[in-house]
Amino acid sequence: MAEMLLRDAMSKALREALDEDDRSFLMGEDIGAYGGAYAVTKGFLEKYGEERVRDTPISESVFVGAGVGSAIIGMRPIVEVMTINFTLVAMDQIINHAAKLSYMSNGQMQVPLIIRTVTGGGGQLAATHSQSFENWFASVPGLRVVVPATPYDALGMFRSCRKNNNPIIFAEHALLYRVRGEVPEEYYEIPLGKARIAKPGTDVTLVAYSGMVRVAEEAAAKLGEDNISSEVIDLRCLSPLDLDTVIESVKKTNRVAIVEETWKTGGFSGTIASDIQEAAFDELDGPVIRINGPDVPAPYARNIEQLMIPSSDWVVKSVKYNFGL
Amino acid sequence: MIVATTSNIENIEKQEALGIFSQMLLIRRFEEEAERLYRRGLVRGFLHTYIGEEAIAVGAIPTLREDDYVIGHYRDHGHALARGIDPKAAMAELCGKSTGCSGGKGGSMHLFDIEKHFMGGHAIVGGQLPLAIGIALGLKLKKLDSVVMCFFGDGAVNEGEFHEAMNMASLWKLPVVFMLENNLYGMGTDVNRSRAGGSSIYGAAEPYMIPAVQIDGMDVMTVRETVTEGVAKVREGQGPVFIESMAYRFHGHSMADPSNYRNNEEVQENRARDPIDKFRDDCIEAGKIDDDDISLVAEQIDLLVQEAREFAEQSPEPTAEDLYTHIYAEPEGN
Repeated sequence: MAEMLLRDAMSKALREALDEDDRSFLMGEDIGAYGGAYAVTKGFLEKYGEERVRDTPISESVFVGAGVGSAIIGMRPIVEVMTINFTLVAMDQIINHAAKLSYMSNGQMQVPLIIRTVTGGGGQLAATHSQSFENWFASVPGLRVVVPATPYDALGMFRSCRKNNNPIIFAEHALLYRVRGEVPEEYYEIPLGKARIAKPGTDVTLVAYSGMVRVAEEAAAKLGEDNISSEVIDLRCLSPLDLDTVIESVKKTNRVAIVEETWKTGGFSGTIASDIQEAAFDELDGPVIRINGPDVPAPYARNIEQLMIPSSDWVVKSVKYNFGL
Repeated sequence: MIVATTSNIENIEKQEALGIFSQMLLIRRFEEEAERLYRRGLVRGFLHTYIGEEAIAVGAIPTLREDDYVIGHYRDHGHALARGIDPKAAMAELCGKSTGCSGGKGGSMHLFDIEKHFMGGHAIVGGQLPLAIGIALGLKLKKLDSVVMCFFGDGAVNEGEFHEAMNMASLWKLPVVFMLENNLYGMGTDVNRSRAGGSSIYGAAEPYMIPAVQIDGMDVMTVRETVTEGVAKVREGQGPVFIESMAYRFHGHSMADPSNYRNNEEVQENRARDPIDKFRDDCIEAGKIDDDDISLVAEQIDLLVQEAREFAEQSPEPTAEDLYTHIYAEPEGN
């Protein structure tokens, strides 16, 4: 089993797409000559040529829309939006078009489009470049939302995305590109909508996704030092959402905290908390805890930026306080 | 450049003339019936009619091949019918029936017929332009010589998506026929009050190095001849062309329109230029068709529209299960 950076797992995933499927091509800002803002597509232009590795003008709306348009006539485009903050400029194409064409055409159209984008804060990029909108996309019927936390999952889920015939937001956390993890040589896939128990436990369930999985795992290790056993669940996808795995865990631990990077108001943790209490109210020994970033725009200065991103100490403190552990 | 009206009736055969007349009349009668159904409460939501603009769709769309694509905006009945969509399926869609061309889920603004390569009415102003770019890019990557004809109105020209699409189409030499339907009003706002360059728009293509013309969109032969030439150019792989058809919509923006933003004289002046009447008169004058031909076509069209209405009225509504179908591809694929 080889160790690999998440960045390299993504490069491998994209090379497979181009090698194995003539209908696939990449399109986005600075993915070719520059090699990708996060170097995921370094060397691709030289290998695959500019027809299939397409540098676009800085025109998010038209290049995302061009992905949709080519998908409805049978191509399998992979579009890169440099950061999730820039998807806002293309929201019309994503929400009003990509997500709607199958339904509005009564199934005559399919939109097999993967939109790769980079999410999350913590890089001192301030308010416009540090956001996470996966929760927004997850609220839109017609979209799938994939949020890998490990190199293994990134590659395995991307392979599933390539076989999926829906528009997919594939959000890669900026701070995870340099994370290393085991990736087998043998081919494998990870189906969409199947959460992962990152660490089994008995006293409390910590639910997280994307960059917050590591935070939850760190918190679990710290809680373990005080003999509190945490079960960490990595959702892997927000759509389809695997609520069953969460509910099964809650039935065992009777306590649950959800850790999410984005703002608390409107956060996806609210949806999960609501689903848990509807499905398993009698199993709960306390309130469902939501640990989200506070409702503030991300600041630049490092000391106060760190205050808005949930940390493992924050999770530990909240779990102990709320559950009297 | 502005192309003078070059209506050359002499170049067409009688059957062709009857075909053109018949298609324009079908759109007109179909929409008049749709308006009656709206007043009866059988059509709801927004209903935007194309009445007065029929010469553009009928002049342009039949010049395409079956493997070409058509995509446009929410004033889409004319485009759909000119592309050969079944009037029954279109009327059923307007009535929200399961037999509609979008299963009753799209309504008037969202007609689709993928087999006919009619890729939709789209109801966010300008939103169909990036989609057209994508279809064209797909065709180019597949190394096909098909083209995309994309319809949009004068209102769309002020959207960012228009400018992004024009730039990319030209930059990548994509096979797009940009069909601007300039009916002088974006909903109720006069184009002179919304566009810095005034009511003549084709110059907007110039900064993007796209060849552009402005034509009389109420003369079907002018549209047909200009578009035929434009499509040929695009098919040769020379990149996009831009055709601005000057037109006028005789009825309101939608059925909900109080029409208090334009005066009656202006409307009447334009109605006197009715594209269907003009073509009929030109054909009669040129001896291509006579009154008997016209009566026969009119009877056939009335029958078609009546059948469409009856089909729509008698068709079942979608079921409660239909609410949940096709949100995602079926099967999803993994």
